[in-house]
Amino acid sequence: MKALRNYLNKIKPNFEEGGKLHAFRSVFDGFETFLYVPNDTSKAGGVNIHDAIDSKRIMSMVVIALMPAMLFGMYNIGYQNYLAAGTLASAGFFEIFCYGFLAVLPKILVSYIIGLGIEFAWAQWKGEEIQEGYLVSGIIIPLIIPIGCPLWMLALACAFSVIFCKEIFGGTGMNIFNPAIAARMFLFFAYPSKMTGDTVWVAQSSIFGLGNDLPDGFTAATPLGQIGQGITPDTSVLDMALGFIPGSIGETSLIAIAIGAVILLWTGIASWRTMMSVFVGGAVLAYIFDATGQFTIGCQTVAWWQHFVMGGFAFGAVFMATDPVTSCRTTTGQYIYGFLIGAMAIIIRVMNAGYPEGMMLAIFFGNMFAPTIDHFVVERNISKRQKRLKN
Amino acid sequence: MEGNLVKLSKGLDIHLQGKAEEKKIQLKSNGRYALVPDDFEGVTPKVVVKEGDKVKAGDALFINKQYPEVKFASPVSGTVREVVRGERRKVLCIKVDADAQQEFTDFGKRDVGTMSGEQVINALLEAGLFGYINQLPYAVSTNPSVQPKAIFVSALRDKPLAADFEYEVKGQEQDFQTGLTALSKIAKTYLGVGVNSALKGMKDAEVYVFDGKCPAGNVGVQVNHIDPVNKGEVVWTIGDPTVVLFIGRLFNTGKVDLKRTVALCGSEVTNPAYVDMLVGEELSTLLSNSYDASKSVRIINGNVLTGKPTTKDGFLGAHTSEITVIPEGNEADEMLGWILPRFKQFSVNRSYFSWLCGKKQYALDARVKGGERHMIMSGEYDRVLPMDIYGEYLIKAIIAGDIDRQEALGIYEVAPEDFALAEFVDSSKLELQRIVREGLNILRKENA
Repeated sequence: MKALRNYLNKIKPNFEEGGKLHAFRSVFDGFETFLYVPNDTSKAGGVNIHDAIDSKRIMSMVVIALMPAMLFGMYNIGYQNYLAAGTLASAGFFEIFCYGFLAVLPKILVSYIIGLGIEFAWAQWKGEEIQEGYLVSGIIIPLIIPIGCPLWMLALACAFSVIFCKEIFGGTGMNIFNPAIAARMFLFFAYPSKMTGDTVWVAQSSIFGLGNDLPDGFTAATPLGQIGQGITPDTSVLDMALGFIPGSIGETSLIAIAIGAVILLWTGIASWRTMMSVFVGGAVLAYIFDATGQFTIGCQTVAWWQHFVMGGFAFGAVFMATDPVTSCRTTTGQYIYGFLIGAMAIIIRVMNAGYPEGMMLAIFFGNMFAPTIDHFVVERNISKRQKRLKN
Repeated sequence: MEGNLVKLSKGLDIHLQGKAEEKKIQLKSNGRYALVPDDFEGVTPKVVVKEGDKVKAGDALFINKQYPEVKFASPVSGTVREVVRGERRKVLCIKVDADAQQEFTDFGKRDVGTMSGEQVINALLEAGLFGYINQLPYAVSTNPSVQPKAIFVSALRDKPLAADFEYEVKGQEQDFQTGLTALSKIAKTYLGVGVNSALKGMKDAEVYVFDGKCPAGNVGVQVNHIDPVNKGEVVWTIGDPTVVLFIGRLFNTGKVDLKRTVALCGSEVTNPAYVDMLVGEELSTLLSNSYDASKSVRIINGNVLTGKPTTKDGFLGAHTSEITVIPEGNEADEMLGWILPRFKQFSVNRSYFSWLCGKKQYALDARVKGGERHMIMSGEYDRVLPMDIYGEYLIKAIIAGDIDRQEALGIYEVAPEDFALAEFVDSSKLELQRIVREGLNILRKENA
């Protein structure tokens, strides 16, 4: 290990001011800090010791929390293909997973290469350190799109979200909207036929001899899509909870998402207040709709609690609503923010047949309202101080 | 009198290796002393002695340019050796070589019970001790001509490895009481103490007991819970309780006696213990042979959270109650920090294992352990800031330079040290104390 450190020390001068590779200093710095905790010590006038937590560790933990959802998503992609072809019984676990892995891997690679490429270039241009935020967005984006979404569309969406949703605001920590939500919104409104409908949810062709070529015109709808059309879903609630249903790659399994949720809550990286109130908000609204029976779409066919096992509700609540940058920063605000997202997601689902999945728009609107919610919470503290002055 | 109890749930106690044992090192001074004007926040010094001048203990070495009646006393009698200046002729320190036989300027014993507030202030100004009293807003050395709303003294030192004031004050309770009585003549005086304090029975001050983790001992935190500062008000703060002893000794003996008990502590110190020193005493005698000189270490004039790095030839700061020696860590080369368990590191985040280790003592080095980022995580500051203040929003207002908003969010109630723990836990590694200090300085200039 000493050799590696020595090698880095040897090539480092090339990247410093005046070195011939100075143009790549941010990239070098990115890799060096990835390999080694920086040896920089505290400056005078501040604390002399620091907590070991840093933004790299936090982002890594979120990526780890996303792993169960990603791995299950890969398996499910294979499962759906073999199920559609009717060859499920003869295929082994490993074969199914490998097919799914090969189907999903290009999406993850494209997302990271395009997104991180832009991040690296941007950091270089601004002369800053590379920020870690995209490590998380880059894995979330492939997990929230259908397997049928072409790679070039994905690439376009990643580029759009990194540039227009993050970097022009000043990078990680300054963005108003969650970059992953922005990427999905971009795809949803620019290429609706590849983001929704009956033809995009199951991988349709074999890869390297694995999997099955499905016949042209094969269709499979998500349970949520079926409900949107007033059809009772043909999958059991257990399958929906376990995740053996067509859907966006990483969002189908409640179990896998729950494992991620436990990691995020245990490490304290996600706010339990936000996460809990999303579910509370969703439950309250779904229950009201269920009880009053006012709106036919969605309500007739499923019980109120089934909203949580379908579509992206759980994934959004656990991984996306809790993004600390775009959610409310005050603790009081987080309760309101979460409730608003949960409630809005159900309202969109139930009242608007055009958008069977409401979570994306709900989080987007939540992001939009977060600063306003915080404003009122902070304003209360300010007016308390002013009142004290008058007395 | 049983004090009023304030329970604080927010905060963080960092357990470090090298806590000073309750025994005293006997130290023979090498006779080199220096008073550092930077130890008195917000003071622009005007030196009133020349090289070669003879001074007695208690004679002024420099005065505050802004309030010339505020003098700063020499800790010893001797000869002024040098006025050390830095860039733009800024006064760095005034060095004094001590006489073998110490002489004190006699300010006369006084019965504080019969004195008025004005007389107390004048006596402190005369003896060069007044500058040790700070104020809120701005957390600077205070202005003698503004009547404070109240005076707050914190006798609770709870920062990591802090010198226990209860240990220091033992045997000097009389001086402490005299100091409190003197202060109470100026304005209503509050004394904040810890749960097990022996000082609960002090008179002439309203005693508040603070039950909570660090930074419950910060005088700013105590003010915020007892009687918060509003815009336009001034309170005097004594966050360093030894100053009350200085004041008490002045009235009880008529002399300026700047002796304080300092903890020599930190994971690099071989035998952590207490030592009696004078303000401004050179550290070299104390530090020689007390740590492994072949290692790269950081010597801190103060505690690990708010102290300033110094060298072996540095001088004991005016408000310094600890000399802490920790590893510098600039040669640590720790690999893959983003994923390894790192059992030796302390973190409040549960992606590390500190939460399992209870009160395990850590040997932390001075590394920042991460790159500076924009504010990403929310709620980190609030967990360790037990004040009715939205820390993140205040910091953002300061960075943005929005003075109206800073006022609205309560900048007059904070001192940089109140943000020390927030700076420690911050995953974005922002220099919060520096940001707050710069914000306060700008505001002070703006409001002057």
